[in-house]
Amino acid sequence: MWWIVGFVVLLIKVAVVLGVLFGFAAGMVLVERKLLGRLQIRYGPNRVGPFGLLQPVADGLKLLLKEDIVPKGADRIIFFFAPAVVALVPLLIAAVVPFSSDLKIGETRIPVLIADLNVGLLFFLAVASLSVYGVALGGWASNSKYSMLGSVRGAAQLISYELSLGLSLVPVVMLAGSFSLVDIVNAQAEYPFILVQPVSFLIFFISSMAESNRLPFDLPEAENELIGGFHTEYSGMRFALYFLGEYISMVVLGALVAVFFLGGWRGPVLPPLAWFLIKTMITPVFFIWTRATLPRVRYDQLMQLGWKILLPLCLVNIIATGGIALLVRS
Amino acid sequence: MNENESRLGRIMDGIGGIVDSYAVTLKHLFRKPITEQYPEQKKVLPERTRARIVLTRDPEGEERCVSCYLCEAVCPTDCISMEGAERGDGRRYALWFRINFARCIFCGLCEEACPTLAIQLTPDFEFSKYHVLDLVYEKEDLLIEGCGKNSEYNYYEHAGVAVGFDKGEHPGEAKPVDVKSNMP
Repeated sequence: MWWIVGFVVLLIKVAVVLGVLFGFAAGMVLVERKLLGRLQIRYGPNRVGPFGLLQPVADGLKLLLKEDIVPKGADRIIFFFAPAVVALVPLLIAAVVPFSSDLKIGETRIPVLIADLNVGLLFFLAVASLSVYGVALGGWASNSKYSMLGSVRGAAQLISYELSLGLSLVPVVMLAGSFSLVDIVNAQAEYPFILVQPVSFLIFFISSMAESNRLPFDLPEAENELIGGFHTEYSGMRFALYFLGEYISMVVLGALVAVFFLGGWRGPVLPPLAWFLIKTMITPVFFIWTRATLPRVRYDQLMQLGWKILLPLCLVNIIATGGIALLVRS
Repeated sequence: MNENESRLGRIMDGIGGIVDSYAVTLKHLFRKPITEQYPEQKKVLPERTRARIVLTRDPEGEERCVSCYLCEAVCPTDCISMEGAERGDGRRYALWFRINFARCIFCGLCEEACPTLAIQLTPDFEFSKYHVLDLVYEKEDLLIEGCGKNSEYNYYEHAGVAVGFDKGEHPGEAKPVDVKSNMP
C-alpha cells in the first residue's frame, strides 16, 4: 500500500514544481521587461491591468492565438520537436533541485524535491547538454540561413561553455564529497561555498549566462545580426516554447547557483523555502541587470573567453582546491 | 616582468570598466523614467509642427485660396487636387479642394508654395481613421474660420484686384485666353 501513497506524493510534488516553474517563467518575462525598462529609465509594460501586471497573460494569449507557420522546405518532424527539447531540459533539471529542508508531517519526513539522485550533479550536467539539440536542430530544420547560422553558433557556444560549467563544479564536489544536491546543501551548513570558492562561482555564473543564451552571450539569437537566430522561423506556440525554456532555465540556473554556492535553503530567521526563493531570484535579476549593462561580445571573443580563460582557470582552481584540501585534512 | 605588469593592469582596467558600467545602470534604476505617457500626458507641440492641413481665411473673412494650383504642382505625393473658379468681381477661388491625407506626407511644401498663405499645416496630428476613405478631406473639412498663423496678411490688398480697368483691358495687356476655344 505504501508505494501508492509515495506515488501520489510524487505526483503532487511534480505538479507543484511544474506549476510554480511555469508561473515563474511567466512572471520572469514581466520582471525582465519591467526591470529592464527601469534600468533604461523608462516604465516598461504598464497598460494591461494595474501596473501592467496582466502583461504575461496577454502575451500568453497572443502567442497561443498566433498562426503556427512552418516554412517551406522545413524538416517538419524535427521542426515541431526542437522547441519541446529546449522547454523540457530545464524542467528535467528542476527534478533534482532540493527546494527546502524535509517537510515533517507527524513522524514521516517528506523530502521537498522530486528525486534525490546520488548523481544529481552529473544528471544536471548531462541533461543541460541536451538543450543544444533544441537549438541546433531547431535552426537546422527551419531551412533558413539565419536560423542555420544561429544554431551553428549556439552549438559551438553551448559545447564550449559546457566544459567550464562542469569543471567549475568539481571543486564543489570535492568540498561536499558527494554528487547529490542534497548532500551539497548539507555540506554548506556552516558557510556557503561562495566564500571558499569565489572563482568557481564566477566561472559557473558566467558559463550559465552563456548556457542560457543571455546577453552578453546571446550570439545564437543576436537580434540585430541574425534577425532571431535559431528561432527566426518560429512563431506562435512553438516560439513561446523556446522562450518558456529560456526563462525556466534562467530560474532553474538561479536555483542551482543557490544550491551549489549560496547554501541552498539555509539562512537565519526566514523559513527555508523563503530563503531558497530569495537566493534563486538573485541570479535572474543579475542576468537582467547584465542585459541592461553589457553589449554582446564578438564571436571570437566568446570562444577566446571560453577556451583560453575560463577553462584553464577551472583547471587551476581544481588543482588549487585539491592541494589546499590535502593540506587542511592531513 | 614589465610585460606582466602591463597585462595585469589591462585586466584590472577591464574589470574596472565592467564594474563601472554596472554602477551606471544601477544608478539609472533609481532615476525617474523619462517616458511621456502619451494618451494621458500630451506634449504641447511647437506651433510650426507639420500635421493636419487647413485652408485659412483673410482678416476680412474671405477665403485666401486663389486656386493657383501651385500647391497641387509642388506636392510630391500628388495628394492635393482642386478646381479653380472665378467670382463675379474677378476674385478667384477653389470650386472644390481636396486633400487625400492617406497619401499626404506632411512635408509642408504646399505651405511654402502658397502665394496667399492660404494653405497651412497645424500641430494637430491625431486624426487617424478606421476607413482609408475617411482621410480624404474636402474643402468644407479643410476650411477654417480664422487666419491661422498669419493674422494680418491679406493678398488682395497687394495684388490680384482690378484697378480702374477690367481684366485684359489695361494698356498693352492681352485679352484673357479662353482655354475652351484655344484651338489653332
